[in-house]
Amino acid sequence: MAVLVDTNTRLIVQGITGREGTFHAKGCAEYGTKVVGGVTPGKGGTIHEGWPVFDTVHQAVEKTGANVTVIFVPPPFAADAILEANDARVPLIICITEGIPINDMVKVWNVLKHSSSRLIGPNCPGVISPGKAKVGIMPGRIHKEGSIGIVSRSGTLTYEAVYQLTQRGIGQSTAIGIGGDPIVGTTHVDALKLLNEDPGTEAIILIGEIGGTAEETAAEYVKKHVKKPVVGFIAGQTAPPGRRMGHAGAIISGGQGTAAEKMKALKAAGIHVVETPAAIGETVARVIGKG
Amino acid sequence: MKIHEYQAKDILAKYGVAIPHGEVANTLDEALEVAKRLFSGGAKGVVVKAQIHAGGRGKGGGVKVAKTIDEAQLYAEQILGMQLVTHQTGPQGQKVQRLLIEETAAIDRELYLGIVLDRAAAKLVFMASQAGGMEIEEVAANDPKAIHKAYIDPGVGFQPYQARELAFALGLKPTQIADAVKFMTGIYRAFIETDATLMEINPFITTKDDKLFALDCKINFDDNAMFRHKDLKELRDVAEEDPLEVEASKFALNYIKLDGNIACMVNGAGLAMATMDIIQYAGGMPANFLDVGGGANQQQIEHAFEILLSDQNVQAVFINIFGGILRVDTLASGVVEAARKTNVRVPVILRLEGTNVEQGREILKKSGLNFIIGDTMQDAAQKAVAAAKGAA
Repeated sequence: MAVLVDTNTRLIVQGITGREGTFHAKGCAEYGTKVVGGVTPGKGGTIHEGWPVFDTVHQAVEKTGANVTVIFVPPPFAADAILEANDARVPLIICITEGIPINDMVKVWNVLKHSSSRLIGPNCPGVISPGKAKVGIMPGRIHKEGSIGIVSRSGTLTYEAVYQLTQRGIGQSTAIGIGGDPIVGTTHVDALKLLNEDPGTEAIILIGEIGGTAEETAAEYVKKHVKKPVVGFIAGQTAPPGRRMGHAGAIISGGQGTAAEKMKALKAAGIHVVETPAAIGETVARVIGKG
Repeated sequence: MKIHEYQAKDILAKYGVAIPHGEVANTLDEALEVAKRLFSGGAKGVVVKAQIHAGGRGKGGGVKVAKTIDEAQLYAEQILGMQLVTHQTGPQGQKVQRLLIEETAAIDRELYLGIVLDRAAAKLVFMASQAGGMEIEEVAANDPKAIHKAYIDPGVGFQPYQARELAFALGLKPTQIADAVKFMTGIYRAFIETDATLMEINPFITTKDDKLFALDCKINFDDNAMFRHKDLKELRDVAEEDPLEVEASKFALNYIKLDGNIACMVNGAGLAMATMDIIQYAGGMPANFLDVGGGANQQQIEHAFEILLSDQNVQAVFINIFGGILRVDTLASGVVEAARKTNVRVPVILRLEGTNVEQGREILKKSGLNFIIGDTMQDAAQKAVAAAKGAA
């Protein structure tokens, strides 16, 4: 079992004729994901790398029966692309684009709040259910099919965790990159809820970072609702306050959002908190009895 | 992006927000001229304010009130060119390059207004407090009820009734309410139209003759939105930023200078932060945060390497790459080229994983340069810490 993406996924790529869009559409298809087409306004009716291109998301959904879209549209146009996908009622919208203006995302979030579509990201690596489907930019071959769910704000740090698991022969059910921006469509709590309810997920890795209070909220949720073992790591223990550490969301302001506070909240919720990212794999192995 | 107080006030003024009479001065002569103009215009006094990006200027001696032209000259001489140290500048302080000279106001009450993003609610929130002149974080920690909030629906924007509610909560007089609504609406419009991420009027004052003024103002802009604000981009003052960070930004590298001696080069912001953490866990101190991004090319890697090495504190370089989009062989070629060009004298420790890792390791081996390879992140961090100690 897995969540969000699997063998039933029918994927379209918004921005499919661009460099990134083309490269990753191929990557997803090579992994075995059913890529059914793409959208680039003005190039409708053409064929790109064997895929039909449409002018609008509405047309693409109507003609292909797509149920997931992945967005590789430059930041000035990405909020518009999300709203278009939402208007076309695509159930799952995954936005990879980094650098969307925050005020654009405030508008998008408040529209999506009333919608049945789910947004993952922006500024995220995407979602992979190993052995079933990959929708995003992660290196597929480091993954292995299995039963560990991962939810993370950071791309490469997720790869790191996955790699440590795979090297130990431990597979993953679904790895969800929720994105590093201050406002994301799916929060840690939303993703935890999905993995908690997934019978194919045996344990969960929660990777957070400094800034905001989403990890604290996630800890409360774990304490109340999650019976599966959870292993947690927070990046940015050494980050100086007031500076933006790469991700737009990663900033400690006014003493809020420090790694120390977040780790404390996680521990209080019974989460196995690791001090260094190098210990994620061995800790998971231990808590599921394979260490 | 941060801007100076005088620039922030210029923006507010365009949106009909009242600010005190004043002008910016880059030299002592200019400062004296401005002071003379203000006094001859009827000012009872002037405030001489250091213009640096950091807060806490008053406590550091960068803001002084002068009753006469002579006093104004004296204070301008003291402040212009000084290394102003505040709790936000670090111990080395920041050189004061310009002054804002303003007419003093007959202050009745000092209040606070601000707009920030509430991440959890995914909405902008307009905050007002009677505790003006204090840091809002302090007020929030000690007496959260003292902060009145209005959440803004992005569909319809900040409404007049919300401004009225805040104005009444501040205890403004009935005769001041209409002005306050205009004032707050102006701030909100400025926020939206400039793509700000933070706007603070602290203090927001009322005067003895019932007028309202923004006595100080702080604005930060959204770097991601600057593509639609070419005019605002020009307000950037690179003299206020770390020279290495300015250099890095030219090559689209995400670099932040820190105080340690182990330089790091990493792909991905989360892994970059985690790399800093693991260095500290191994007993060392990171010299920087550097995310070269997912799609870095050979040239960017070379520039990144040069920037890392131009930090005099650096005793070792730790390169931690998990190649997803960024291929390990591309990185390895960049590092070898850069190491040759810069004639690197400190140990370089690499930990490489991911796409084309075998080819990458081969390139390093064939280069004949003395790289130290770490098998895991932990192993590499320990080797980097040991190497830095050996070099020190």
